[in-house]
Amino acid sequence: MTQPHRLAAGGVIDRSRLLRFEYDGSPYQGYAGDTLASALLANGVHLVGRSFKYHRPRGIFSAGTEEPNALVQLGRGARTEPNVRATTLELVDGMTAASQNCWPSVRFDVGAINDRMSRLLPAGFYYKTFMWPPTPAWWLKYEHLIRRAAGMGRAASEPDPDRYEHRHAHCDVLVIGGGAAGLAAARAAAGAGARTIVCDENPAWGGGGCGDGDTIDGVSRAQWIADAVQALGALPDLTLLPRTTAFGYYDGNLVGAVERVSDHLASPPPHWPRQRFWMIRAKAVVLASGAHERGIVYANNDLPGTLLAGAAHTYVARYAVRPGKRAVVFTNNDGAYDTVRALQSAGVEIAAVVDARPESRASGNLSARAREDGLTVISGSAVVAAQGRQHVASVDIAPLSGGPARRVACDLVCVSGGWNPAVHLFSQARGKLRYDEALAAFLPDSSPLPIVPAGAANGRFDLAAALLDGHDAGVAAARRAGVAAASLAAPRAAPQPFTALQALWAVAAPARAGKCFVDLQNDVTASDIALAAREGYQAVEHLKRYTTLGMGTDQGKTSNIVGLALMAEQLGVSIPAVGTTTFRPPYTPITLGSVSGAESGPHVEPTRYSAMHARHAAGGARFVNAGLWKRPHSYPRAGESEDDAALREALNVRANVGMVDVSTLGKIELQGRDVGEFLNRIYINRWDTLAVGRCRYGAMLRDDGMVMDDGTTSRLAATHYLMTTTTVNAAKVMQQIEYLLQVVWPQLEVCAASVTEQWSAVALSGPKARGLVAAMVDIDVANAAFPFLAVGACRIRAAGSEIPARLFRMSYSGELAYEIHVAADRGQDLWDAILAAGEPFGLMPYGTEAMSTLRIEKGHVVVGAEADGRTTADDLGLGKLVSPAKWCVGKPLLSRPGLTGPDRWQLVGLTALDGARMPRGGKLVADPDRPPPNLMQGHVTSWCFSPHCNAWIALALLENGRARHGEALWVVSPLADARVRVRVGSPCFIDPDGERLRA
Amino acid sequence: MLLIPCPWCGPRSQIEFSYGGDASVLRPADDASEQAWFDYVYLRDNPCGPHDEAWLHSAGCRSWFRLRRDTRTHDIIGSAALGRSGSGTLP
Repeated sequence: MTQPHRLAAGGVIDRSRLLRFEYDGSPYQGYAGDTLASALLANGVHLVGRSFKYHRPRGIFSAGTEEPNALVQLGRGARTEPNVRATTLELVDGMTAASQNCWPSVRFDVGAINDRMSRLLPAGFYYKTFMWPPTPAWWLKYEHLIRRAAGMGRAASEPDPDRYEHRHAHCDVLVIGGGAAGLAAARAAAGAGARTIVCDENPAWGGGGCGDGDTIDGVSRAQWIADAVQALGALPDLTLLPRTTAFGYYDGNLVGAVERVSDHLASPPPHWPRQRFWMIRAKAVVLASGAHERGIVYANNDLPGTLLAGAAHTYVARYAVRPGKRAVVFTNNDGAYDTVRALQSAGVEIAAVVDARPESRASGNLSARAREDGLTVISGSAVVAAQGRQHVASVDIAPLSGGPARRVACDLVCVSGGWNPAVHLFSQARGKLRYDEALAAFLPDSSPLPIVPAGAANGRFDLAAALLDGHDAGVAAARRAGVAAASLAAPRAAPQPFTALQALWAVAAPARAGKCFVDLQNDVTASDIALAAREGYQAVEHLKRYTTLGMGTDQGKTSNIVGLALMAEQLGVSIPAVGTTTFRPPYTPITLGSVSGAESGPHVEPTRYSAMHARHAAGGARFVNAGLWKRPHSYPRAGESEDDAALREALNVRANVGMVDVSTLGKIELQGRDVGEFLNRIYINRWDTLAVGRCRYGAMLRDDGMVMDDGTTSRLAATHYLMTTTTVNAAKVMQQIEYLLQVVWPQLEVCAASVTEQWSAVALSGPKARGLVAAMVDIDVANAAFPFLAVGACRIRAAGSEIPARLFRMSYSGELAYEIHVAADRGQDLWDAILAAGEPFGLMPYGTEAMSTLRIEKGHVVVGAEADGRTTADDLGLGKLVSPAKWCVGKPLLSRPGLTGPDRWQLVGLTALDGARMPRGGKLVADPDRPPPNLMQGHVTSWCFSPHCNAWIALALLENGRARHGEALWVVSPLADARVRVRVGSPCFIDPDGERLRA
Repeated sequence: MLLIPCPWCGPRSQIEFSYGGDASVLRPADDASEQAWFDYVYLRDNPCGPHDEAWLHSAGCRSWFRLRRDTRTHDIIGSAALGRSGSGTLP
């Protein structure tokens, strides 16, 4: 098939570049410069889809962004994309696309039965019908069926193979829209010295108007645009962004835009992103986004072969496509007469021009001139109905004053009901709109933000006015951005006499003539709006939700105001009294890929690695996530499960010695005269008594008295301390410290710095730890010289060198234990040195799983498990730590009655009886068989198999738990369908007097 | 996304900052009554209009400061140093 509807000459397509594409499985040809829609029309394809609800045949309706019908499924496999507007999709060689919402094919669609059943599917049918029966299971069943029957295209089910990127930009003036007004604004703003960005959603500059025959500053419109773009492109502080849709206006004058970088290339360079997501901060914005033509409602106004008049003009003038052979042009304004001329020049027979206006109002004698040219002009009349099966075959034309209709055969209806300025971003910028009676449109009125509307977006539909308006807007925007005004002259074009259109939203269709569509994409008819009015859904936001008017991918660009006008008619009020729905971003749909940019897959969040990570990996570690960190879970040997490995590692700590990477703990250095006093205020226990060379465990509270974090702090020198925090709370604690030091106690002389990533740290635990440490360090570590909670500097003997280190004697496992900290870049050396020195001592590395088992056996709490944000220090058995001698953060609220009563949930240990396995999570009850509600008395917070107890054990929070040691209870887990009898006891399962760690 | 004027670094994008709560409630003296602390921790107004907030320039200079923002419009009226007892107040 070789483009039988392509004109022999004309247009701005590149006839030297023939492009092949496939649509609904059939091969077609088009030219470079085509959109998919223009190429389809050149091949005589109008029918491109089935409608959302009634599955009616639908054709291409517009030539741009506002398209409600021609949505296609683009591409295949991982790159398939649903709901792509064929009217803005640049044709690419090898493109494949398919129509949507039809089965088995767009020509024969089973779902079309909905059209016959439409009396059963009124507005709001979803709400009315499917609220019975009220069983959720039934509802879900219905919903599934409805969604399958309706709906749009399908999303890809494979990962997106393309790359996207984000870009931030700043400018004085951002001009949205590169039509005549936008280019005039850019010229003026840049001429005034403003750093300017101009973006336009189209691949070519010049905007939507065809303007064949117009002149600007003495040259043709096309020439002026080419010259202006060239001049702008040569400016150093001006950025031109074609194929870039500004989709949203956000706080702080931030405009979001998506640039389609390589969508239009058959084989883009491999390093190019598919799309680029721009966040543009502009001091002022010129909104020159143009206007969208709208239709007029009559019976069967949705038949393929029905085009907006301006779109028909565009297809002829820009794409050299003849959209039909015999046309009826139906209008309520002057604009459509340009279409008539264009169609005639393309050899389209004009069956009739139907002008809704009475003869006397047609200005410039357009209708009279048309008659002189031999055209049939029918004034004061309207198309009331169209006929045809899958394409327009004829229309009925009747006087608006009433009277018999006459039927006129045609295969093309071009309709114009006026123009809707694209005020979307103005409205998003908190701009108020006003209704203009002469244009029958909502126009920008005022915004508190620096956004200046211009051109057609501002209701200036004629070229001369749009150019002047654009120029003035550019000057005004530059001034609002603080740039001096320009001396550049405004571009001039011949003014065109403007006459008011005659508002005409819908014509009274003859009975049983067919459905009259307001919203083509959502299948909302004029009678749906009347029904909504009768049923009380009269407020504009209710109307939208009840009928779905203005929803979907086009967001009612051609239909919204028509629906509002019909509602106003129903209610007998003015259109501004009905008001508009809120315009929300995005202006047109954007891809999720562009929103996430490079932040996908492993790049959603940063990954943090310990300096010793490579050693863990080489040692066979399995890793788990701890916040953003990767930590070794365990080091399984060949044939060993992770659980068995953790068990072996834990046993080895109790029997010999183990080493674990604790570099991820938060580390904060504190220096200054008042650190002791500061620690006194943020920890519950006393710190002013801490001697140099000693460390201490501490817990800190939130202002509400609940435990926030815990850790140790060491006094390295008189005014130099090192605090450790939990891995997950490191940033939060640092933030809290900064707040207190900057805002609350600025008089304290304390400086804090986060040094987490500057230090690598290893803990050595087990009865043989001292022997191992003594073999490596250059200081005396005998119990008397370096007792429990001692801190000191030392040097580690490593292969070929010594590593300066800090040595701490502290224990998390309950065993004799040390921590060694070295500079992060010596972390791997430290790991290697310990591994080498440890062999005679039976050293094994251990991971977080064994570490967890050891600490559960010892009864140490973890922030996040036991300290869950609702527990006080006393709940956790740390009540004795709260010093009565001093104030600390959180203390004022600790004595509230609810935090001290006997009904508090307190930390206990649980031992599973009968050799049973502890389920993952569970609640504590007295009798698992008691009928619900079976009140829980507590819950399990941590659990493990304890090699020391040879049983499953757990830590739990239990109501009044400390007084209930020895009691038998049940842990039940309804989700795991598990119940286990447990004995309540002390949370410390091993060495309650701490002899091991002091040994 | 707000454009937030850090009193020390100038206007920066919101992604550099962390919100730190209502700055119009004054933190009581350390030894104030339980009632004063209860009010500070739990009682908040939900004002319509200009409102003082605490922000941390967390990916910048790491200073806490006071930001006055209109809760109806997101307009930012100004910023100043944050102090416990209303220091650095805004006009």
